[in-house]
Amino acid sequence: MSVPPNYIQTSKSRGSFFNNPANRALIYQFLLLMGLGYFFYIIISNTMSNMEARGIKSGISFLGETAGFDILMSLIPYDSTHTYGKTFIVGLLNTLLVSVIGIFLATIIGFIMGVAHFSRNWLISKSSTVFIETFRNIPLLLQVFFWYFAVLSSLPSARQSLSIGEAFFLNVRGLYLPHLAGDEGSVVVYGAVFIAITSIIALHRFAKIQQEKTGKQLPVLRLSLAILIVLPLFATLIMGTPFHWELPVLKGFNYQGGTTIIPELIALSLALSIYTGAFIAEAVRAGVQSVPHGQTEAARSIGMNEKQIMKLIIVPQAMRVISPLLNSEYQSLVKNSTLATAIGYPDLFTVFVGTTLNQTGQAIEIVFMTMAVYFAINMFISVLMNLFDKKVSLITR
Amino acid sequence: MKFKFTLAAVIVAGAATSLTVQAGTLEDVKSKDYLSCGVSTGLAGFSQKDEKGNWSGLDVDVCRGVAAAVLGDASKVKYKPLTAKERFTALQSGEIDILSRNTTWTQTRDTSLGLNFAGTIYYDGTGFLVRKKLGVKSATELDGAAACIQAGTSTELAISDYFRDKKMSFKVVTFDTSDQTRSGFESGRCDFLTSDQSQLYALRIGLKDPAGAIVLPEVISKEPLGPVVRQGDDAWFNIVKWVVNASIEGEFQGVTSANAKTLRASGKPGQKRLLGTEGDLGMKLGLSPDWAYNIMTQVGNYAESFERNVGQGSPLKIKRGINAQWNNGGILYSPAMR
Ligand SMILES: N[C@@H](CCC(=O)N[C@@H](CS)C(=O)NCC(=O)O)C(=O)O
Repeated sequence: MSVPPNYIQTSKSRGSFFNNPANRALIYQFLLLMGLGYFFYIIISNTMSNMEARGIKSGISFLGETAGFDILMSLIPYDSTHTYGKTFIVGLLNTLLVSVIGIFLATIIGFIMGVAHFSRNWLISKSSTVFIETFRNIPLLLQVFFWYFAVLSSLPSARQSLSIGEAFFLNVRGLYLPHLAGDEGSVVVYGAVFIAITSIIALHRFAKIQQEKTGKQLPVLRLSLAILIVLPLFATLIMGTPFHWELPVLKGFNYQGGTTIIPELIALSLALSIYTGAFIAEAVRAGVQSVPHGQTEAARSIGMNEKQIMKLIIVPQAMRVISPLLNSEYQSLVKNSTLATAIGYPDLFTVFVGTTLNQTGQAIEIVFMTMAVYFAINMFISVLMNLFDKKVSLITR
Repeated sequence: MKFKFTLAAVIVAGAATSLTVQAGTLEDVKSKDYLSCGVSTGLAGFSQKDEKGNWSGLDVDVCRGVAAAVLGDASKVKYKPLTAKERFTALQSGEIDILSRNTTWTQTRDTSLGLNFAGTIYYDGTGFLVRKKLGVKSATELDGAAACIQAGTSTELAISDYFRDKKMSFKVVTFDTSDQTRSGFESGRCDFLTSDQSQLYALRIGLKDPAGAIVLPEVISKEPLGPVVRQGDDAWFNIVKWVVNASIEGEFQGVTSANAKTLRASGKPGQKRLLGTEGDLGMKLGLSPDWAYNIMTQVGNYAESFERNVGQGSPLKIKRGINAQWNNGGILYSPAMR
């Protein structure tokens, strides 16, 4: 085997600027960048002039025009006299809503099912396996349809609603809940809730420091619950109960008043959280399995009970494995939420890419805006999860 | 590195030279020897596929007419089923040569999508389909009701206008496809289904219990349905426009699939001009003289097409109404064919 000549040495000795690989790399990278820039410039300007030549309208001025159509559900006031720009916001908020609900439920389902796998109870551990294998392997779209049409077809019509105490109603149009409306003075109660939460956080900090110093454990959970209940309750009583319930009442075709949860939201949240939950369960299982058995035995030998072992030994170490997987599952969930369009849940994709795009015909602008939104949401999740990741890896040192 | 750079250069060069060449659709259709026609995913009477895979309907007959006129054979059509949301993009991108999918001619669509409407083959309007047991007799009783609609349609706008005008509230559930819309209605998710009235009759016969639903008398908007082509190809635009006119004029002149052959030799001057034995109408369109003769013999005139697909010869049993000839109580009127 011959020894290759020392490349850098020779090029340096020749002293030519272009023969220096570092310089050359720089030049090529610069040229590539220029090329790419030119490439995109050409694509964009070509598209623009093509669209103009074909008489297709472009630009974003449409965002200020009146939309003229209604949307099933909106978290902010919206009707058909509002603008296309507003339809973007309405859709965006609905997307965020179903994503947050989905991520929350999927995490709970995933952790319960993932840990259930290790249960000593045969039935529980087997049902975890069946759950994971079933829901991971059925296409999500089918699951969305299943929940939607299963939910719809098993529910009664508005006039035969199922009801609990004439306050909760369930029918094919959705779930109708009483709405707690705040009167004058309710702010004080909201303030009390806020103070309660802050003091609970402080309590946790304090308990931890206390334990590290003295080894004593405070009954944190019980104390927290007490604070959370007592403080707001006290405020409510002092202010003379500044709330009243708005009950849904049957008027004409359906219930009005109160809060409505539409079946599309229920079905989509169920489908997304169960599907993603199955993947998270699998990740949790892998994470727990990655913790060597010796750790459990060591913990047992110093007298920890099973609950403590799970909480203090296994979960913190398993989190290192689980956390990056969670990140990608959450991101998939957000992207998968666009399946809303199949059942008419008015998310960003249904409203903006579905209806707004078709009423305005401005495909490029609308698709671009929508892509940017999903990109931004996922970047945000990524940043949060990376912070979380740092935290769990620090804890385990 | 070098390889990457070369690749980039090639791509850039390619992008720079990809000019806005848009070949004439007529030449294009002739050279591939079939017409690519955008239709619905399945709507009785307008465009629907049977078990054997044959498409039929009023919208389909426009495509068959164009194929007969241009290629001499009404069967040389490839159908592309499209949902309401997909249809305009499919036409803009050149995936189809003509869009014939119960599409409403609106000013916005005509002027901002880079498309042209080539005529009206059915004058329609938005209507309401409700379950009988709701006991509703008129749309004015629908305050607070929920509507099932297909996304990306002009219906979405019409229904909002109506309820706003009548100061009534309503909820709208929008679905992607007409199957989903119908399932939504059947499962009771909404109180009524709204769409162009002709489509309501078509959807109604597809319900599990057609007798359990009725179409309300109100028609709340103008929905003139017709074929669409890309803007900027006038030759093709003319062809589609005059194929539509020829079918209407055929009925007016009394030319049918049965008598076209005889009339070609011995008809009145107008009939002969249409059938290509007098004048040169076909040549002026860039087509052969027997272009309209082929339409008449292979597809039939408007009346034949109407009765076969949506009229008395079909399960829909729609009356001619305003879709009759102008001299017969309707508003169908073809410009002069001379
Ligand atoms: N004329 C309306 C079309 C309305 C429309 O698409 N209607 C539905 C009825 S629910 C339909 O035909 N769907 C058939 C399909 O999606 O294939 C428009 O142009 O926007």
